[in-house]
Amino acid sequence: MRTAVSAAAAQTTDIGDPVVNIAIFTAFVVVTLVVVLRASRSNRTAADFYAGGRSFTGPQNGIAIAGDYLSAASFLGIAGAIAIYGYDGFLYSIGFLVAWLVALLLVAELLRNTGRFTMADVLSFRLRERPVRTAAAISTLAVSFFYLLAQMAGAGGLVALLLGIDSRAGQNVVIAVVGALMVLYVLVGGMKGTTWVQIIKACLLVAGAAVMTAWVLARYGFNLSDLLGGAVSAPGSAGEALLGPGAQYGATEVSKLNFLSLALALVLGTAGLPHVLMRFYTVPSSKEARRSVVWAIWIIGIFYLFTLVIGYGAAAIVGPDAIRAAPGKANSAAPLLAYELGGTILLGIIAAVAFATILAVVAGLAITASASFAHDIYASVIKKGQVSANAEVRVARLTIVVIGAVAIVGGIFANGQNVAFLVALAFAVAASANLPTIIYSLFWQRFTTRGALWSTYGGLVSCLVLITFSPVVSGKTDPVTGASLSMITDTGVDFSWFPLENPGLVTIPLAFFLGWLGSVTGREHGNEKRAAEMEVRSLTGAGAEKAVQH
Amino acid sequence: MHTPREDAYEEVRASPEFQALRRRFRRFVLPVSALFLVWYATYVLLADYAHGFMSTRVGGSNITVGLLFGLGQFVSTFAITTAYVRWANKHFDPAAEELRERIEGPLASSAPARNQEDPR
Repeated sequence: MRTAVSAAAAQTTDIGDPVVNIAIFTAFVVVTLVVVLRASRSNRTAADFYAGGRSFTGPQNGIAIAGDYLSAASFLGIAGAIAIYGYDGFLYSIGFLVAWLVALLLVAELLRNTGRFTMADVLSFRLRERPVRTAAAISTLAVSFFYLLAQMAGAGGLVALLLGIDSRAGQNVVIAVVGALMVLYVLVGGMKGTTWVQIIKACLLVAGAAVMTAWVLARYGFNLSDLLGGAVSAPGSAGEALLGPGAQYGATEVSKLNFLSLALALVLGTAGLPHVLMRFYTVPSSKEARRSVVWAIWIIGIFYLFTLVIGYGAAAIVGPDAIRAAPGKANSAAPLLAYELGGTILLGIIAAVAFATILAVVAGLAITASASFAHDIYASVIKKGQVSANAEVRVARLTIVVIGAVAIVGGIFANGQNVAFLVALAFAVAASANLPTIIYSLFWQRFTTRGALWSTYGGLVSCLVLITFSPVVSGKTDPVTGASLSMITDTGVDFSWFPLENPGLVTIPLAFFLGWLGSVTGREHGNEKRAAEMEVRSLTGAGAEKAVQH
Repeated sequence: MHTPREDAYEEVRASPEFQALRRRFRRFVLPVSALFLVWYATYVLLADYAHGFMSTRVGGSNITVGLLFGLGQFVSTFAITTAYVRWANKHFDPAAEELRERIEGPLASSAPARNQEDPR
């Protein structure tokens, strides 16, 4: 049994031609590097480096947002989840999409009008600056770190799958190359270069997914019902269960609560992701910020409809048995489907696009984390604002090198570990520590410094504590094989007592409650002048940061 | 560019025009947010706890009620996005523009521009 599976795995590793995959990916790197170099010529001020001179149009920024948001997890992961669990994989994409309405209606425009470079700019606008800015920066760094680590760890598995590199040392080299490229893009191109990388990647990703979608549908006479029928009758398929919910989350009452918790974190987390928020500063006005979200919603929505077809298509054409046997398991559904449809070349394109996706997402995370450290912690908290913009950008650049090193080491360390929970954790922290304070400070005049600190730290710490004592860190075993599914793979170690794998169901209401409680119990004489400026500015855009004129 | 006077923001905030603008904004975004969150919650709860209902086939095809509900979330998201943009362009932007002019426009005093090095 064991040898049969590993033989099948070895076979599937050999599909496609790693040379083709690497060549297409190298072409992507060369093209984007040229674009980044050209973009770097006009990088002069801090607004250029952090916010691309605020000179991108709404549509450009909308495409870049989609490029930033559609990570490898949402392409390979969702397609794979649909291929194996059917309907339950689809649930992810709905949460990821609906979340954008929170950003559109409640956050994007007001944030663009109020802040300069970071989320902390908005939160600390009318509250006591140093403590609030520190808290916002810590939570920004935490979210960015978890997300970055998840992407880098995923890169190792993706390399095994797409480039045919099976040895741990070889995978580590590729992780180091990804980290080094990320540092290079961000150092040279700043936000402008990063944005162009994301735009190029988003176009490639959506085009690749569109081709696969059309191809799959054509095989089934453009009849969705026939495609679903094919998925149901494929070898190893869960059968009828693919068409309705429950195959992944329906097993027990706890797993149902798990899903509820995840759904809440997904829908409220997006508008609190710092690397998404920072993108709203790259356009000249709040009206352009609105247009960018509209573009992003259409692109992301249509892309998730593509993944629905790709996922069921992989189930019908490749079959769940073959997907489970492949080295990347569920993640290999889309690449295997590409190979079945278009052979080596389409596989090479999809593999390169998936890889480019990791690169673009980590670059966006790196510039966000470095801006938060340099702008919030170094310039505002440590230097108390007594620092030139040039010195601040120098620190940001240095921070990027440090982040690159941490990402490479973390990625190598996490490669092959069960760390898939990190993305869900990043969303949970964003929804608990960031979103309540953003909403309160934009919509509730009586929100105070104490409320902000209680909410941010309460949300962050409760997420970290609950995840540590949850089954994703220790004590979760596969009921069939008995193998560990936790981060700590020693099945003898089990200190979990919190039953849910996603803490959002507890931590998000808790953080909203703490923000309210801290505000109503404290006596803070707010800065009325700043409060008036913030409110008028957030709605009218008067005094908001303008685009850089070159 | 003219820079806002020190007290221009407080003046504008107290003005009936600004109060009306804020009321108009909140009267649109808060109910619509509540609406789509309730609709999403309904969908999630049905998918989580009403498996039988969501797995019902529609008209003899392989399309299920759950799939239609899921696609409905896509449709409602696109629809709300379009409705919001129309509303904002027509009913919000002109009023916001006018108030911005009042602060930044030629009638505002030209106090020294805020230091560009201001880390805020």
